[in-house]
Amino acid sequence: MDLLQSIIPTVLFYSAPLILTALGGVFSERSGVVNIGLEGLMVMGAFVGIVFNLAFADVFGTWTPWLSILVAALVSAVFSIIHAVASVSLHANQVVSGVAINMLALGIGIYLTKVWYGKGQTDMVDQPFYTQNLGFLADIPIIGPIFFKGVYVTSYVAIILAFVVWYVLYKTPFGLRLRAVGEHPMAADTNGISVTKMRYIAVILSGALGGLGGSVFALTIVSNFSHSTIVGQGFMALAAVIFGKWHPLGAMGAALFFGFAQSLSVVGGSIPLLQDIPQVFLLIAPYVLTILALAGFIGRAEAPKANGVPYIKGSR
Amino acid sequence: MTENNKLFGILVPIVSVILGLIVGAIIMLFSGHNPIIAYTSLWNGAFGDAFTIGETVRRITPLILTGLAVAFAFKSGLFNIGAEGQVIVGWLAAVWVGLTIDAPMIIHLPLAVIMGAIAGAIWGFIPGLLKAKIGVHEVIVTIMLNYIALFSTNAVIRGVLTDQSTTTERISPTASLASEWLQSLTFFSRMHYGILIALFAAVVMWFLIERTTIGYELKAVGFNQHASKYAGMNVSKNIILSMVIAGGFAGLAGAMEGLGTYGTISVMSGFTNLGFDGIAVALLGANNPLGVIFAAVLFGVLKEGAGEMPTGAGVPTELVDIIIALIIFFVASSYLIRWLLLRFKKEGDK
Repeated sequence: MDLLQSIIPTVLFYSAPLILTALGGVFSERSGVVNIGLEGLMVMGAFVGIVFNLAFADVFGTWTPWLSILVAALVSAVFSIIHAVASVSLHANQVVSGVAINMLALGIGIYLTKVWYGKGQTDMVDQPFYTQNLGFLADIPIIGPIFFKGVYVTSYVAIILAFVVWYVLYKTPFGLRLRAVGEHPMAADTNGISVTKMRYIAVILSGALGGLGGSVFALTIVSNFSHSTIVGQGFMALAAVIFGKWHPLGAMGAALFFGFAQSLSVVGGSIPLLQDIPQVFLLIAPYVLTILALAGFIGRAEAPKANGVPYIKGSR
Repeated sequence: MTENNKLFGILVPIVSVILGLIVGAIIMLFSGHNPIIAYTSLWNGAFGDAFTIGETVRRITPLILTGLAVAFAFKSGLFNIGAEGQVIVGWLAAVWVGLTIDAPMIIHLPLAVIMGAIAGAIWGFIPGLLKAKIGVHEVIVTIMLNYIALFSTNAVIRGVLTDQSTTTERISPTASLASEWLQSLTFFSRMHYGILIALFAAVVMWFLIERTTIGYELKAVGFNQHASKYAGMNVSKNIILSMVIAGGFAGLAGAMEGLGTYGTISVMSGFTNLGFDGIAVALLGANNPLGVIFAAVLFGVLKEGAGEMPTGAGVPTELVDIIIALIIFFVASSYLIRWLLLRFKKEGDK
């Protein structure tokens, strides 16, 4: 009981940024654009979130963290247009473009940090997200203390968003079109769906969600920005996309699981059974599991058919 | 048309580099720096005196090898994002041999270098096998293996090679690539004999790809798997072989760092970035061994020279990372450059 009470809030806390970013990845990859750049989009989100928070904490008070993540989402969405232009309009290799996005985001982030703050990392923000008890939900016996006491609201925002994305992708015409473009762009094009437009929207959505993920990570977990703020969370989100079989709820489940693995490596020392397991196994678990999942040991993961293939009108 | 393609093949990287430097200058103007002073100090940082030249060469060495690692896999249509992880395990293996084995130099040094290459090759074998036998995309597997390499290596350094410390002892001199002669020539820079190994590796790649049946098959598989299969080639074998050799190159890059530059291995908080830079090098070098050498020299110069920019011009070193990222974009979006060049040409014809 005490165990659950210490683990579950940590899991939710570590998973939220992964869920958000992974949802972005689902959008992008479902439309047929591989997005290795999730890491860079998170970096951009973390950078903007922190800088906005530092600059406007006096103006907006307790609303600052919420506005920070919105602005971060907006800027990352704009930033992701670079990836869209390169991989959709200019038929660039999407993986290469994603790698460039990662380098560019970190380069710009640290460059501006040094220009603006005169050092390699920003100060700590005054207005990060704080844990709180979620109203009457926290008073429910048994469930309340485990799930709703001392948690971040952002974790629940992420989980709710996962259901929203699922609804959008599977229950709306827009979602059907987006998936069609990723499975068989030529057929979609023949039916009058603009492949270019859908893919741009998908990539920009992934930018917004990646930015959201990055800024939530920065404002809940680290509270400042430096070159080591985002190290691999984006790639882990990408792993969650694949582990979750390119499905929003699957990605959420995978992200929760990875969050669980990460939180074990943090709180594991206090759990009797896990004390003896070297930390390294918990650290590499998400990555090993992803490879196993891909290799078909945990149900085969099938990518959208046209994923990574630029669509050039008139070619077969 | 073929002549045109060749011309474009050379023009695209050159135009990309120039565009990258121009955009870099514009960024500096916006952030209130003087690009001319910045680029001058970059130049001095890379070629200012014998010491910086030595350090530049030392910087170029592993970049050539990771560039080859990415380029070689590209030749067979594979994307080796895993050079990063292969570098790390190669580094670990080389230092491990350097630390634990006691042998005369003539055995010890080659053994350490080869073990580095083998470790990298094994790290390349896993995604190769999964791709060839089950069709798992190598990009994802190699990314995951990068992290596995990083965390496992850190654990080995902490728990096996040392007693919970963050840096190993120095390797024994019999396994070291460092050369007093090169050091005295360059005011005690960390330049080492590894550059010869890197250049030799480029020749090996050229020979393999252009002059042997193995290379022919590897390329054929890259062009068209079905046709290669129809022609009687073993596609699976070639995919695995390609990743193994690519991993070997990256492993060598790690060995260069371990046996030459540092002589130790330390716990890493993040990636070395050698592998990711290798992608940029391979792309700019058009996956051609000679092109890879040129591209590695360019990026090595940029990265080493960047160290001088904060003191010389007040410009953060990260500007170079931005420039490199932009160059990758421009090369990857060569469609745009081709289109622009064709436009100019047509206008000229009128």
